Amino acid sequence: MNKVVKDVNEALNGIQDNMTLMLGGFGLCGIPENSIAKLVDLGVKNLTCISNNAGVDDFGLGLLLQKKQIKKMISSYVGENDEFERQMLSGELEVDLIPQGSLAERCRAGGAGIPAFFTPAGYGTEVAEGKEVREYNGKPHILESALTADFAIVKAWKGDTEGNLIYKATARNFNPMMAMAGKITVAEVEELVPAGALDPNEIHTPGIFVQRIFQGDKFKKRIEQRTIKPRA
Amino acid sequence: MALDKNGIAQRIAQELRNGWYVNLGIGIPTLVANYIPEGIDVEFQSENGILGMGAFPFDGDEDADLINAGKQTITARKGAVYFDSAMSFAMIRGQHVQLTVLGAMEVAQNGDIANWKIPGKMVKGMGGAMDLVASAENIIVAMMHTNRAGESKILKQCSLPLTGVGCVNKVVTELAVLDIKDGKFHLVERAPGVSVEEIVSKTEGELVIPDHVPEMKF
Repeated sequence: MNKVVKDVNEALNGIQDNMTLMLGGFGLCGIPENSIAKLVDLGVKNLTCISNNAGVDDFGLGLLLQKKQIKKMISSYVGENDEFERQMLSGELEVDLIPQGSLAERCRAGGAGIPAFFTPAGYGTEVAEGKEVREYNGKPHILESALTADFAIVKAWKGDTEGNLIYKATARNFNPMMAMAGKITVAEVEELVPAGALDPNEIHTPGIFVQRIFQGDKFKKRIEQRTIKPRA
Repeated sequence: MALDKNGIAQRIAQELRNGWYVNLGIGIPTLVANYIPEGIDVEFQSENGILGMGAFPFDGDEDADLINAGKQTITARKGAVYFDSAMSFAMIRGQHVQLTVLGAMEVAQNGDIANWKIPGKMVKGMGGAMDLVASAENIIVAMMHTNRAGESKILKQCSLPLTGVGCVNKVVTELAVLDIKDGKFHLVERAPGVSVEEIVSKTEGELVIPDHVPEMKF
């Protein structure tokens, strides 16, 4: 089944104000940067964005924050972004902070048809407030519910026309679970190849989870913390 | 003399055991990888999706797609593996990781830890810390004994929002190694040249002091 759309415009067709979006990536690693740039152009507002981080001030989801397009963020870690912190502390931006493993599992559950699950993470903390607690194996666990989105926007290294995806190194992160949890999943890839060009043994996300795929025009792939050692 | 951050990391590295998978948090914990004792084979897990994390890359070899949980560019060792965030936390939640080392703003004598939020001032988020501390059986906290105002961070009870309850086993600071048992801190070692009196004066929580407190050995 051919999932190819011609460009980012077609890929994001149907995204409207007030929608819930999932966006893959960890920090600036593995983020769908062409789609984010397009969301800024489209000017859609009051978005709820589910993403592990919120980018930095001038890249990634930080670009949407600057334009005040985001009403609510659902994330695990939002440091390294002054505008985010300002909007959050002033109350302009709603923020739901979730333990990283629970966030990943909630997305996975959403895509896997599991409405909720018990996890020990967050027991005895603010995260547990209002949530059902049950003891398993002598240890308290809290009930966490699945997450889904109107659109999930993920970034992969290679993809084929069937929507099968392969990620590179740690740019995989949240992308596979989010791909599963979108009503419409858009995959932005560095390299789009014909069906059959990828080894079926090595595919990370089966194309059944992907509705639209396109090759991104350009990837800046900005590095957040460039740490190196000098050559001897 | 009190240890510096590298000294704290070096002392924690002495806790590593052969064959362990280890998750190192951001800050001082990251430095532990620089002091793996000879003959000890460990693999480092970073929760963004790598087992077999190696050193920082050489200038020019950095890859935007290869980072650790602190978003620093890294390299992968031979035999390394990449995976997604759900699988990463399956390793953590499923107790397949033998040691977790992380930083803290406060630790309490019952093993509670706070490290993600100062209400009204700073909210960075918990990242993977809540999942790590809720599931790990062996948690070492790397931290300074006091804050910038000189107040103890080793407390009877945490004042900041908690990251996890009753989970910390050991604390290593610039002054001391403390074990947490039976709702109390136990002084295990002191930094070279640091007196028991200094440690006592900078520890607010209840501290059990044996007759003899050995100095750390490096």
